[in-house]
Amino acid sequence: MVGAKAPKFSIQDFTIHFGNVAALKNLTLDIFCNEIFTIIGPANSGKSSLLQSLNRLNDLNAAYRKSGKILLDGTNIDELEVESLRKRVSIVFALPFPLPLSIFDNIAYGPRMHGIKNKAKLAGIVENSLRESYLWDEVKDRLHIPAMNLSGGQQQRLCIARILAVEPEVIMFDEPTSGLDPISTARVEETLRVLKERYTIILVTNNVAQAARVGDRTAFVLMGELVELNETKRLFTTAVDKRTDDYITGKFG
Amino acid sequence: MNVQVEQKIAFSILFLCTLLVVVPVLIILVIIFVKGAGALNLGFLFEMPTNGMTEGGIFPAILGTLYLVLGALFFAVPLGVLSAIYLVEYSQETVLSRIVKLAIVNLAGVPSVVYGLFGLGIFVLFLGFGASILSGSLTLGIMILPVIITSSREALESVPQSFRIVSLSLGASKWQTIRHSVLPHALPGILTGTILGIGRAAGETAPILFTVAAFYLPKLPQSMFDQTMALPYHLYVISTQVPGIPETIRYGTALVLLLLVLIMNLAAIILRYQFRRRKKW
Amino acid sequence: MHLRKVKEFIIERMIFLSGIMSIIIVALIFIFLLKEGLSIFWRVPISDFLFARNWYPISDPPQFGILPLILGSILVTAGAGVISIPIGIASALFIAEIAPRKTKEVLKAGIELLAAIPSVVIGFIGMVTLGPFIKDLFHLSTGLTALSGSITLAFMAMPTIVSIAEDAITAVPRQYRDAAIAMGATKWQTTWRIVAHAARPGMVAAVMLGIGRVIGETMAVMMVTGNAALIPHSILQPVRTLTATVAAEMGETVQGGEHYAALFAIGIVLFIITFLINGVADIYLHKTKK
Repeated sequence: MVGAKAPKFSIQDFTIHFGNVAALKNLTLDIFCNEIFTIIGPANSGKSSLLQSLNRLNDLNAAYRKSGKILLDGTNIDELEVESLRKRVSIVFALPFPLPLSIFDNIAYGPRMHGIKNKAKLAGIVENSLRESYLWDEVKDRLHIPAMNLSGGQQQRLCIARILAVEPEVIMFDEPTSGLDPISTARVEETLRVLKERYTIILVTNNVAQAARVGDRTAFVLMGELVELNETKRLFTTAVDKRTDDYITGKFG
Repeated sequence: MNVQVEQKIAFSILFLCTLLVVVPVLIILVIIFVKGAGALNLGFLFEMPTNGMTEGGIFPAILGTLYLVLGALFFAVPLGVLSAIYLVEYSQETVLSRIVKLAIVNLAGVPSVVYGLFGLGIFVLFLGFGASILSGSLTLGIMILPVIITSSREALESVPQSFRIVSLSLGASKWQTIRHSVLPHALPGILTGTILGIGRAAGETAPILFTVAAFYLPKLPQSMFDQTMALPYHLYVISTQVPGIPETIRYGTALVLLLLVLIMNLAAIILRYQFRRRKKW
Repeated sequence: MHLRKVKEFIIERMIFLSGIMSIIIVALIFIFLLKEGLSIFWRVPISDFLFARNWYPISDPPQFGILPLILGSILVTAGAGVISIPIGIASALFIAEIAPRKTKEVLKAGIELLAAIPSVVIGFIGMVTLGPFIKDLFHLSTGLTALSGSITLAFMAMPTIVSIAEDAITAVPRQYRDAAIAMGATKWQTTWRIVAHAARPGMVAAVMLGIGRVIGETMAVMMVTGNAALIPHSILQPVRTLTATVAAEMGETVQGGEHYAALFAIGIVLFIITFLINGVADIYLHKTKK
C-alpha cells in the first residue's frame, strides 16, 4: 500500500542516550503518510524516547544526547523552528493530561497560541475537533465545565481533540489506552482508524493485540534496537526473528 | 523510671515550651487591643497630629506607610516574580543558579538596618533621590525581594510538569507556556507571597530611618521626592523620643500598625488555605 | 509572528536579568558599604576599630572602638539563644510529632503571627511591660538591660527556629519512625532518639538562622536595652548593640565624616557576620535535603 511514496518521517541511524544510558541504538526506518505505524516492545525499550525525539520534546531533558538524523518531509527536524515542528507532529500521552481549564479552553488552547483570536472561528475549530474525536455529542451542552470533570476515556478523547485543533500532520500516540477500560479502548481504536485517512499515525503500545488490530505496519523494538519491521499481518503470522515470535506469543514482555 | 511515665513527663515539658512560644503572642495582642482600642476613632485615623504629636490623629503616618508599601511592591513584585521564573523555568542546575540561590538566602538574612545603610548610600546620596518616598520604597522593595522570590518559586514549582509538557507539545513557545499554562496556576501562591511582603514592608522601621522617615511632618507628601511620616517610625518616635505623649496615642498607634500587619498576614494564611483546598491536581 | 519572536526575546532577556539581580544587589550592598565605610580605616586601624574599648564618636578627639558594641551584641544574642533554642526546638518537636493535626495548624498559624509582629511593636511592648518588671524584680535603677533585650529577642528568634526545625523534623522519613516503633520503642523514645537525631542538621540550620535574625535585629533591641555603649559586666546592665548604634546615631552624623564612615564600617561588620551565618546555615539545610 505504501508504494514508492516519499516517506513522511525518515529516521536515519538514530541513537539516543540519557546520560550514559543508551535508550535507542542506530535506528533506521521510514514512516509513510496515512498509515498507522505501530511500535511494540516491552517497557523501557526506547519506544517513548523515540516519539519524544520526533517532536523534540526530549530537548527539555538536560541529560538527552542524540546522534543520527530525523527528516520530516525531507527536512532535518533540527533545522525546523521547534514550535512549528511540534504543531505539525503532535503527541497523545499515556495519561490524559487535561489542563485545568474548561473543555472549550482546553481545545482552543493550541489555536490561540498560534494566533487565532476570532471567537466564531475558535468555536468552529472546537466543534470540528470534538466531532472528529467522537466527543461532541457527549459534551456539546457543557463545553464550559472543567475538563477534569470528564471520565478517563472522555479525557483521552478530549486530548485527541485538543491535538486535532492545531491541525497536525502526524499524530503520535504513546500507549493511549493503557489506563482505559475495554469499551473506551475500542472507541479510541475506532478513532485511530478514521484519523488515519487524514493523518500519519504513529502508535506506541505494549498491548500486542492492539497492534495486531489497528496497525498497518509494525516495528518490534527490544532494548533500544529495532528487531523486526514488517506489515502487521506478516509480522504476526510469519515473524522472522525468534525474539519477535516469543514476544508476540507472550513468552516474555 | 517507667517508660510511660517518662513519656508523659517529656510530652508535658514539650507542651509547656510550646505554650511559652504561643501565649506571649496572645498577651501582646490582648494588651495592645485593650489599651489601644480606646484611641481608635475616625479622627485618630484621618486627622493630622497637632500640638507636638500629643494630640490629634496619625493620618500622615498611615498614608506614608501606604505610599511606601505600594512603592515597594511596584518595584519588588515584577522583579521578584521574573526572578522566580528564571530560577524555576529557565536556569539549569549550574554554578550560576547555585550562586543566585545563595544570594537570595543572604539577602533574606541581611539585617534591616544594613538595608537602611545601603538605601542611604545608593538611593539617597549616590543617585541623588534624597530622603524621599522613592528612596524608602526602593529600599523596602529590595528588602522584601527575597520573600517574593521564595514564595513565587514555591508557587511555580507546585504547578505540575504535565501542564508545561502539554502546552509545549501543542506547539506553544516557552514564554507562551509560562504565560498561559504556568503563571495563572501559580498566581494564588504569588499573591500570598506578595501579601506577606506587604506585611513585612509596612512593619519595618530600620530601612526607612535614613531613607525617608520624617520625625514630625504634619502635612501630606506632594510627590515621590518628598519625605513622609510612617507608622512604625512614628511609634518609635512617640514611645522613645518625645516625652509626654499620652498613653492612648502610643497604644493606638501600635494597634493600627499591628492591625495593618496582622490583617495582611491573616489574608495570606486564608488565601493559602483556600488555594490548597481548591487545588485540583 | 515575527513581532511575537521579538517580544519573547525581550521578555526572556528581562527574566534573565531579574534572575541574576539578586547577585547584583548583594554585590551592590557590599560595594556601597565599603565605599562609604572604608575611609574610617585610614584613620583607625582595623584592629583598633574592632578591639579598642572606647566608643566615643562625638568627643574630641573621637574614639571609634566597637568592642563594647560587639560585646553588647554577643551578650544579648547569647542570652536570647539560651532562652530561645531549647524552647524553640522543644516546641518544634511538639508541633511536628505530638500535636494533633488541628492543633498543629492553629499553633503554626500562631507562630506565623508572632513572626509577623513588627519589631517596633515588640520593642514597644518590651519597653512598657518587661522593662518595669525586670526593674522591680532585681531592684535596678533601670529595667532596660541586656536581659530585657535577650528576652525580647528570644521571642523574635523563636518563629524562625520553630518553623525551620519543624520542617526538618517533618522531613524525616516515615520508615525511621515505623522501624523504631516496631522494635517496641515508645513514641517519646522514637521522637527523641531517632527523629530528633535524624533532623539534627536542619535543627542546626534553624538555630543559626534564628541567631542571624537576633544579631541583625535593630528596633526592638534599641528600645529595650538601654543603649549604654560600655563594656558590659553583667546581664543586668544596659548595653548597646552594633545594630542599635547605627540606627540611633546615623541621624546625627555629617555625611562623609568620620562618624558617618564608622557607622558604615559597623554595617560592613554586620554584613559579613550575617553573610557567614546564612552561608553556613544554607550548607546545613542542604545536608538535610540529601
